[in-house]
Amino acid sequence: MSARSGCLVLAAAAGAVLQFTHAAEIAPAERRSGYEYMGRDTRLMQDDDATNPGMLWVLDGETLWKRKAGAAERSCQDCHGEAPASMRGVAARYPAFDAARGALVNLEQRINACRSERQKAEPFKYESRELLALTVYVGLQSRGLPIAPTIDEKTRPFLDAGDKFFHLRQGQINLSCAQCHDDNAGHRLAGTPIPQGHPTGYPLYRLEWQSVGSLQRRLRNCLFGMRAQSYEFGAPQLVELELYLMWRARDMKIETPAVRP
Amino acid sequence: MSRVVITMPKQARPGEIIEIKTLAAHAMETGFRRTERGELLPRDIIRRFVCSYNGVEVFRAELHPAIAANPLIAFNTVATESGTLSFQWIGDNGFAVTETAPIRVE
Amino acid sequence: MTTRRQFLLAAGGVGLSVGAAGVRAQRAPNEEALRKAAYQEALHKVVGDAQLRRGRVKLELPPLIDNGNSVPLAVAVESPMTAADYVKAIHVFTQKNPLPDVVSAYFGPRAGRARLQTRVRLADSQTVVAVAQMSDGSFWTDSTDVVVTLSACLEDGLI
Repeated sequence: MSARSGCLVLAAAAGAVLQFTHAAEIAPAERRSGYEYMGRDTRLMQDDDATNPGMLWVLDGETLWKRKAGAAERSCQDCHGEAPASMRGVAARYPAFDAARGALVNLEQRINACRSERQKAEPFKYESRELLALTVYVGLQSRGLPIAPTIDEKTRPFLDAGDKFFHLRQGQINLSCAQCHDDNAGHRLAGTPIPQGHPTGYPLYRLEWQSVGSLQRRLRNCLFGMRAQSYEFGAPQLVELELYLMWRARDMKIETPAVRP
Repeated sequence: MSRVVITMPKQARPGEIIEIKTLAAHAMETGFRRTERGELLPRDIIRRFVCSYNGVEVFRAELHPAIAANPLIAFNTVATESGTLSFQWIGDNGFAVTETAPIRVE
Repeated sequence: MTTRRQFLLAAGGVGLSVGAAGVRAQRAPNEEALRKAAYQEALHKVVGDAQLRRGRVKLELPPLIDNGNSVPLAVAVESPMTAADYVKAIHVFTQKNPLPDVVSAYFGPRAGRARLQTRVRLADSQTVVAVAQMSDGSFWTDSTDVVVTLSACLEDGLI
């Protein structure tokens, strides 16, 4: 795919202290959801809708779906009918190209576009309870379906930008996403297992947050942890990275609302 | 939003022991956390959970800050007769949520 | 000796919801002893001077947990749960949390099974203790050791 620098290979050959070994991208058959890196009890928490805290947000989302809003006094349901039918497969193909905007948008941005354009209502703030609830409710309708973002001449440039970002060494410790999530997935960072980083279950309930949160929240946290420059919610860099991650996870099953440590 | 999820069978045989799982949306603020400016976030938790069966209390739990956010409480009760199970969560700052669920016992 | 966890908390990392009492430059040197004493007191409040016997209670927690913010806990007590012989209450305690009490569940013959499943916060690797109070006035106990680690990257409450 992208040109991989040879410096890591050289460093390893030189027997440097570097703990990172260089490896190629994860082979499709070897991809594993973060689900498989969790303890048995956390997996059970996700598997049972009766114990999955994400379902509390799903209920809120269901309520919001039916609630009339904005100057247009319209609910999502008024246009889209029942979500299980109309929203089936939608989350699995986002981020997507929005022709009207000429831009790549993620699901949250798509929902907000509907809010402002169709409902004539104030868009929800990023990471607000309402936006999370609606996004997770829509995401649930794709649970079990394979991730399948559309890659064509419109989205290819964004995919390439996200790919580049994923492999870019950044920040104070000059670390790239790939170095942890491609090269060292399955190993541990200070006792915590490093997953491959596939966004199969977003928005998800993260035990660390004690709340449901979006993929961009997680990405911002990662960048913060990497001591690299983070980006505002909705920034193109984050949406492009989302597209790359979804493409990297293509055919893996949606788990929304997932539970993660 | 004080959402709850209650999972239990709609129907049971008389004398059958059924399992009830409940989830409640609540941050369960411990009273030990501080903001980035050092201000203490006051305790704000669910303190009590009560399950009544046709008006008779059949299960009660007293919760402390060590209970995780969005608490799961799962317990059992004997299906004695048809009727209504009532679930009540009571907490700080006037938090009070009541939900009911019917049960058919035959 | 300053453990890594103490250093991180002092430095302002608040990845845990339950930690030491706030962010301070220094924690009380005898904090662990104070918390142990609080646990003893809480235990005594329930059991009094009665004998505390091991057995009949089964306390289950994962030995190594994914995150101390939410640790699944299940406790069950062997009992016929009849009017003549039933479990009145199950109390759960910790020895290293800021507060020793976790949850108290109250049962009767209508429960059918003296069992509780929930999720708890654990501030540190420690022993969790469950005490069952029976209708005949006897007390039974079980305990489990749990290892709690911090996240590799603390997020400082960043959203």
